[in-house]
Amino acid sequence: MPSAAPLSTAPLLSVQDLKVHFRIGGGFLARRPPSILRAVDGVSFDLRPGETLGLVGESGCGKTTLGRAVLRLLPNVDGRVVWLGDDLAKLDPEAMRQKRREMQIVFQDPLAALDPRMTVGEIIGEPLATFRADLPKAEGKRMVQAMMARVGLLPQQINRYPHEFSGGQCQRIGIARAMINNPKLVVCDEPVSALDVSIQAQIVNLLMDLQQEFGMSMIFISHNLSVVRHISHRIMVLYLGRVAELASRDQLYRNPRHPYTQALISAVPIPDPDLERQKQRIVLTGDLPSPLNPPSGCAFRTRCPKATEICARVKPDLLPIESGHQVACHHWDE
Amino acid sequence: MPPVLDIRDLEIRFATPDGVVEAANKVSLTVEPGETLGIVGESGSGKSQVFMAVMGLLASNGRATGSVKFQGEEILGRQGNDLNQIRGARMSMIFQDPMTSLNPYLTIEHQLTEVLETHRGMSAKEARRAAVAMLERVHIPEADKRISLYPFEFSGGMRQRAMIAMALLCQPELLIADEPTTALDVTVQAQILALMGELKQAGKTSFVVITHDLGVIAGLCDRVLVMYAGRVVESGPVRDIFKSPQHPYTAGLLASMPRLDETDATRLTAIPGQPPNLQRLPPGCAFSDRCPRVFEPCRSIRPPLEPFAPGRMKACHLPHL
Repeated sequence: MPSAAPLSTAPLLSVQDLKVHFRIGGGFLARRPPSILRAVDGVSFDLRPGETLGLVGESGCGKTTLGRAVLRLLPNVDGRVVWLGDDLAKLDPEAMRQKRREMQIVFQDPLAALDPRMTVGEIIGEPLATFRADLPKAEGKRMVQAMMARVGLLPQQINRYPHEFSGGQCQRIGIARAMINNPKLVVCDEPVSALDVSIQAQIVNLLMDLQQEFGMSMIFISHNLSVVRHISHRIMVLYLGRVAELASRDQLYRNPRHPYTQALISAVPIPDPDLERQKQRIVLTGDLPSPLNPPSGCAFRTRCPKATEICARVKPDLLPIESGHQVACHHWDE
Repeated sequence: MPPVLDIRDLEIRFATPDGVVEAANKVSLTVEPGETLGIVGESGSGKSQVFMAVMGLLASNGRATGSVKFQGEEILGRQGNDLNQIRGARMSMIFQDPMTSLNPYLTIEHQLTEVLETHRGMSAKEARRAAVAMLERVHIPEADKRISLYPFEFSGGMRQRAMIAMALLCQPELLIADEPTTALDVTVQAQILALMGELKQAGKTSFVVITHDLGVIAGLCDRVLVMYAGRVVESGPVRDIFKSPQHPYTAGLLASMPRLDETDATRLTAIPGQPPNLQRLPPGCAFSDRCPRVFEPCRSIRPPLEPFAPGRMKACHLPHL
């Protein structure tokens, strides 16, 4: 269980009605008008200092796009992202560049995210060179080595190249690079999905230890509901670019209210032969609909066991049902 | 009845520019009729290569020695038509990524009917009818229409169903599933696991399920074999393995998984260190560098795989865990 997040402090990050729409097709010679893919469609949430928000959903639900939009790594982002009171869209490029020092990202494929022609020391030290160019070289090296030791790498490996490391060690390098400037926010995009089971636990423990020590907030994107439950304070469930449910981890796992959340949780296999074979499983029929042509009303209705006539007509709003627990479903209390 | 599959002392070696890689060492296992055997291990444990060797699909620099008997018949080293009488007809395999194992240039119909025309000598019409029936059995909606589509027009879950349908067309005695749900979303995984459960209930086929997901094993398998660095380190009935693992690696794997039903544990119990390099294995137990219970003999003497209770084997110097 993650350590308790401070409750009363002002949010670090406040995201309001965030939309990321991509134009598909419709080039100069295209016969058809472009279609609009609503990858993220009106998402709002707050993130407090020291808090971990888990983002879950199936592939194509917009969780990675949302993570990148928050960091302004994508063009065409609509809506407000407020960082400690400043609207990021209104900052000039230099001011935005300075903010970037405080927001970092860790990627899924650890080897692909590291430049193969840079040494580990250059990779981890690059954010220092970018944001603190006046730092003496020896001091930079000392900081890199201290961070290497902190994430479980041997400081004497500072001149090695990424290909000399295993997947788990490469992920440690990526985490060290993200942490070197002491960021306030780290977006972790499927950081353990590419790793072996025995290594996943090492990386999850490392991220939780670093959070305890440095107090950064995390947005933890994963399709693995067991890992998300372990690391997150609050969890957001996304379906086709919209929030289906947002709640504290205990509320979400003990009392899921959206039929999609219920199906997701019941679908996770439990490593216990007796429990796993007795479990009542909600098996959804069909696949995620095309985001280019989502169903009318509630996007989940085509797979939902509770869908009725109203679901096809009216898009359900995300509404609070108790303190800290929001659901977008017409039938949440049935 | 002889076991469906009987592997004895299988050794797999790959010649690489950096030297020989020992991908599997002295692997022995059996699959009984109607049984589902789970193979657990991490990348590089040799779990997939053992069954690639069984199917005669090792890469060209790989060599397998030992014995593989399919229903009493030796098949290791068989090639071409000789092997194809069994492969695809009486024993078939499905792979992790259905997009890369289906031919993108051919329709699903072409790929399915080919199996029946080759192995069963059916006419095109008969084969199409049987293929549609099989797609319906794996719950592909509107199978009659969808059969003429190309793989890219199927979703990931449908492609995996089509793969399973293809593997089942000739009613094989053995179906080998290599990470059948790893590339799929959790809701689609639940659909495929439910389908495999149905097929298992029907009882005509024996299954081998290769996976790193212990949850999948817990739901589906009767017996489990745990592999580490090219060797079997523990085997036994599924309940025994989960309730009282006797190899520190098995116990470590179980403890390192976060679970949906976990009571508030603060830290995951990770296995320290990295999986070993197969070209530089330690002289003793390959797990000794990461083992919390390592003691003197582990570093120098490799523990043999030995029975210690009915139906159970382990390769560990510790008398008890």
